[in-house]
Amino acid sequence: MKKLLMATTAVALMTATAVAAEEIKIGVELGFTGPIESLTPQMGAGAELAMKEVSDSGKLLDGATVTSVRADSTCIDAGAATAAAERLVTSDGIKGMMGADCSGVTGAILSNVAVPNGLVMISPSATSPALSTAEDNGLFFRTAPSDARQGQVMADIIMDHGIKTVALTYTNNDYGKGLADSFQSAYEKAGGTVTISAAHEDGKADYSAEVGALASAGGDMLVVAGYVDQGGSGIVRAALDSGAFDTFYFPDGMVSAKLEETFGSEIDGSMGDNPGTDSPGAAKYAELVGDAFDSSSPFSPESYDAAALIMLAMQAAGSSDPAAYKDKVMDVANAPGEQIFPGELGKALDILKNGGDIDYVGASAVELIGPGESAGNYREMVIKDGKITTVKYR
Amino acid sequence: MDVLNALVAIANYVLIPGIAYGSQLALGALGVTLIYGILRFSNFAHGDTMAFGAMVTILFTWWFQSMGIHLGPLPTALLALPFGIAGTALLLLGTDRIVYRFYRAKRAAPVILVIVSMGVMFIMNGLVRFIIGPNEQRFADGARFIIKAREFKDMTGLREGLAIRTSQGITVLTAVIVVALLFWFLMRTRTGKSMRAYSDNEDLALLSGINPERVVTYTWLIVAALATVAGVLYGLDKSFKPFTYFQLLLPIFASAVVGGLGNPLGAIAGGFVVAFSEVTITYAWKKVLVYLLPDSLEPTGLVQLLSTDYKFAVSFGLLIVVLLFRPTGLFKGKAL
Repeated sequence: MKKLLMATTAVALMTATAVAAEEIKIGVELGFTGPIESLTPQMGAGAELAMKEVSDSGKLLDGATVTSVRADSTCIDAGAATAAAERLVTSDGIKGMMGADCSGVTGAILSNVAVPNGLVMISPSATSPALSTAEDNGLFFRTAPSDARQGQVMADIIMDHGIKTVALTYTNNDYGKGLADSFQSAYEKAGGTVTISAAHEDGKADYSAEVGALASAGGDMLVVAGYVDQGGSGIVRAALDSGAFDTFYFPDGMVSAKLEETFGSEIDGSMGDNPGTDSPGAAKYAELVGDAFDSSSPFSPESYDAAALIMLAMQAAGSSDPAAYKDKVMDVANAPGEQIFPGELGKALDILKNGGDIDYVGASAVELIGPGESAGNYREMVIKDGKITTVKYR
Repeated sequence: MDVLNALVAIANYVLIPGIAYGSQLALGALGVTLIYGILRFSNFAHGDTMAFGAMVTILFTWWFQSMGIHLGPLPTALLALPFGIAGTALLLLGTDRIVYRFYRAKRAAPVILVIVSMGVMFIMNGLVRFIIGPNEQRFADGARFIIKAREFKDMTGLREGLAIRTSQGITVLTAVIVVALLFWFLMRTRTGKSMRAYSDNEDLALLSGINPERVVTYTWLIVAALATVAGVLYGLDKSFKPFTYFQLLLPIFASAVVGGLGNPLGAIAGGFVVAFSEVTITYAWKKVLVYLLPDSLEPTGLVQLLSTDYKFAVSFGLLIVVLLFRPTGLFKGKAL
């Protein structure tokens, strides 16, 4: 009995100290196993880097420390991801979630766990347009742009070149179909005509039949929403061989060094885009990361930014309660205010504490629009003399 | 002028790809039909035999290329072809010795041999992937085009371009030579005649002193040559990827069955029938019709019967129709 009393007192004492300097837990739910398991270690490390930076500064909510609780989203298994998120909320008591990664599981966690429990989620990598309109009670944000955004950018670039009719082919999966649909609606709204929108299967030996249909429909340019290592290159090769199209438009799945290598100057005059920014944030992030992990790994900067936004919003609201800080996420992410780059989180916390405004730029030039998603930054490029040449960033 | 444009468009997108694809299918179907006629079973391993032959040829091609041996404008693979055939022949004879001979001695029912050939198919499939990997391999070199689309446009002043790839030219030429040789062999030589006799009536052939093992050996040798040539031509013209050869099995069997199983002439006809049905049914005819029809009748849609995704459905459909209404095929073959 005496022992029990002692233990109770000890626990009570510990809780008392914890209140003085709060220990905030943030969930990091990513697909540490599954199809993107090669990317998630760098994403998780990026998020934890931001948490460490904030904890070390000791400036968040008067000296609160932030710890990360990892969970496996599996990227594809919505049931497992939901169960893991449930565990984070009920047994770990997280105050916010950096995640999830893939669009499908992110949607499942949002509707089954985040909304019922009032938990703020910031995903670094879910790009499905469907998440823009998901019911989220203002709890869901993402530092990755919706695929719908790239469709708009593509339409803008093609229209800027005065091309009014295009043929469109896409790889037959969610990425290809989503991108093709968003491009088509944006392009037609801008007054262009899509003569044909045809799917192609990846991994075939021969695409001459697909190209035959595309050529028959005609158009001044062929938009290839596919993969450079897969059917996308096959389509381009068959189109060049049969003389069906001379110039192409390449969205992000097609832009890579392999494109130059395979086609060289055969595709001169073609254009394309891929996510990219000339903001100094990326370089600062790389400097901050050092040799700890590969800072240029996809969605690693976005993960740092997602975690940073959660903590900055807490500071702005003066509380780690999701219901209080969810309204502050947009404020800290966007202008007006002082621009904040990676490594300056301590400074940002100070400004917020003194009632100032910040405009978080971060590693991926964050600008949240609409329902709380990144506006996205794209690099417009053309193929000149067989080389991918940057035109500008938009 | 419009009529010419329409003709060139048809030639560029239908005729030339159709003829090249048809030749490749015909060579593949000839192999299937020979095995069916002489060894009396449907060889499901044929697609992967083609892949194996192409793989050996590719390995020799790379070796030649690394030694700086080239054939000028022609692909080096042609030089490596005999080595590929030899390698495939060894594999097929080995398979026959280890697997098929056992079942032949037991006079196993054809359906058992079919299942056995499926097992062989999976092993060959794995073998090819193990040696060269599951990825796409490029081995074509030399000049890529006989006529380039843009040059043709400049030359003729037409709006439509016509492109003929070197690989397409070689495919058709090689197919003609191989088929001529095969028919000369089957019709004129003593061995060829004994093979046909064995195919017509096994017991009678045995009675007249034909050595069955010799016939079987020659059959595998010819099949090895046909499969390797077909596999290499397909790889040169399109691209080499083990999985696509496995998928080729369906159109090849469709060709053999449509033409009449066991009938070499039928296999050739079947190859072209299947190739042209696939190409014409999935081609969007809008462009051609726009050239041919007066403005008022111009189509607004694509005039495409089936989306190109359904290419294999065409082979399947053709197979079913032929089996329902003419089980012996267009030319008189054996009923399945």
